[in-house]
Amino acid sequence: MKKINSTLYLLLLPVLAWLIISIVVPHLDLLFKSFRFENDDGLMVFSLNNYLAFFEDEIYWLTFVKTALYSIGITFLAFVVTFPVAFYLTKVVAKKYSSFMVLLLLIPIWIGELVTIYGWMILLSDSGVINQFLLSIGIIDSPIEMLYTNFSMTIGLLYMSMLFMIIPMMSALESLDDSLIEAASDLGASKWTIFRQIIIPYTIPGIASGSIIVFMLVIGDYVAPNILGGKSSLWFTEQIYNEFLSTFNWNEGAAFGFLLLLLSSGIVWLALKLTGQKLDRVGS
Amino acid sequence: MRHILEVKNVTKKYGDFTAVDNVNFTVDDGGFFSILGGSGCGKTTLLRMISGFEQQTEGEIIIRGESMTGIPPELRPVNIVFQNLALFPMMNVEKNVAFGLQRQKLAKDKVHQRVADMLDRVGLQGFEKKNVTDLSGGQRQRVAIARSLVLKPSILLLDEPLGALDRKLREHMKVELKLLQKEIGTTFIYITHDQSEALVMSDNIAVMNKGKFEQIDTPRNLYKYPKTSFVAGFVGESNEFNIRHYTDNILTTENGWRLSKPTLDIQPKKLFIRPEAFILNPSEDLEDIERVDIKVKTILFDGSNTKISAIIKQSNDEVLISLPQNAQFENLQEGDEIEAGIHHDDLKCYP
Repeated sequence: MKKINSTLYLLLLPVLAWLIISIVVPHLDLLFKSFRFENDDGLMVFSLNNYLAFFEDEIYWLTFVKTALYSIGITFLAFVVTFPVAFYLTKVVAKKYSSFMVLLLLIPIWIGELVTIYGWMILLSDSGVINQFLLSIGIIDSPIEMLYTNFSMTIGLLYMSMLFMIIPMMSALESLDDSLIEAASDLGASKWTIFRQIIIPYTIPGIASGSIIVFMLVIGDYVAPNILGGKSSLWFTEQIYNEFLSTFNWNEGAAFGFLLLLLSSGIVWLALKLTGQKLDRVGS
Repeated sequence: MRHILEVKNVTKKYGDFTAVDNVNFTVDDGGFFSILGGSGCGKTTLLRMISGFEQQTEGEIIIRGESMTGIPPELRPVNIVFQNLALFPMMNVEKNVAFGLQRQKLAKDKVHQRVADMLDRVGLQGFEKKNVTDLSGGQRQRVAIARSLVLKPSILLLDEPLGALDRKLREHMKVELKLLQKEIGTTFIYITHDQSEALVMSDNIAVMNKGKFEQIDTPRNLYKYPKTSFVAGFVGESNEFNIRHYTDNILTTENGWRLSKPTLDIQPKKLFIRPEAFILNPSEDLEDIERVDIKVKTILFDGSNTKISAIIKQSNDEVLISLPQNAQFENLQEGDEIEAGIHHDDLKCYP
């Protein structure tokens, strides 16, 4: 074992304090709360009722499944949409322009999620930019309902998470030597084969870490589903929000929170298993 | 012998810059042809045009009698071994070598057989399942060559593949590559800036400078009879002198060393003398020889390749002189004065 001097521990202290006070303790408290239940006599007892309620009420677990499937779908969409961008920025465009373009990608993050979502509302609403344009050129007679649907929610979630997919993929692609692509082509590979056999396998660690970030962001997001999805598109975070702030059932809310944590971790674990990735490789 | 490759009037321009300027040459089937030149001379551009990654601005490249104009790299009967080897890091040795064969949609057992044969040939049997990142430099080299050769290309192009290896391994691989080429008989075109690599391995060498070929010849002729001053200076070691004037069969160097050199029909500007052209203590009866007194400045001991740096007493020109292999001058000391002679034929003059 290497001897680590005491200064290092001292330097670690603020981080450890932060982690324990703001993350570990509240989570333990929530975990504790999630097993507490008010019985018929109005007394708080330990029980699994909060968790059982989730399975008994259809709306809860249907929302749960929908949230999971949409999150997976949006993660995949984010990959499909951003891969060409990442490839273009790292391999095609001249180096001096690419850093400027990456800066452009960052702009939505500067503005903040809420503002960009209001921006999408302006674009998508019945009297919004897109509908007005389509009406004025006569393609449609009445506005298409786009806002407050699963569609608008998907767009919002996709938009706010894309950047987190691009950056890890770009760093993976940057280390991909162009001569690998040329070598594959020289050995007789078509463009599609090069993409499938060389570029994707090489970029997999980047794709995996981008996917984990995007998936976690999307499944745990509240603002975009709430504002853009409206009433029709239930998101599991909204259920948690309701338990805490509408019905003031903190115990139920805590249980839902842990179910979401379990769900998202489980899906990430499964996805890593299925693609044969290891977390330590993805993290590097 | 049939020409496997003909390069006719090939020119490559990038905007105003001419990277390759009207190059012509042919390569015989089964030969080992090297293109030797410094960095930026256009040799890699030429190689990339033969492999199809670049299109020539003018001229034509013909392989086995077929024009390659407009044919993409994946359809050309040539394969390239890249400078950095470009092995696929996410595949093991076997998959790297099988990559090209799988693209040809060959049956699995056939692919397996040919990969095994090829690995056997380059001495990598038993390494099939190893990851390429776990191999040594020389082994990676052989995987890269196997990966290309397994496709039985008409020509194998090698872009300074020994550049990244350490000196000892490079010396070893030089010999190994030459033997491998002789054994399998595939035509090799080898790009290098290292003249010793080119001289040791090649049947023919083209010396390239500023986009043009200066001379195409056998290694021996290139060394003994360089046609231009660039070749004389670039291939092998030489003592180089600027000539001030040449009158009455007497050369005068910039620093005033006067040597007799009979009947030149050119007006020489440069004089080259190989270190081994100097004969120390030449006997009295040797004829056609230029005699000069020198003073030993330092001894550069390098085993069988030991040289001395000496001063021409007449002009203070400094020259490198190879010591003969026998131990005759073993006791030579710094500051010793000795007579040296150079045969008139070994005074190479260029305009």
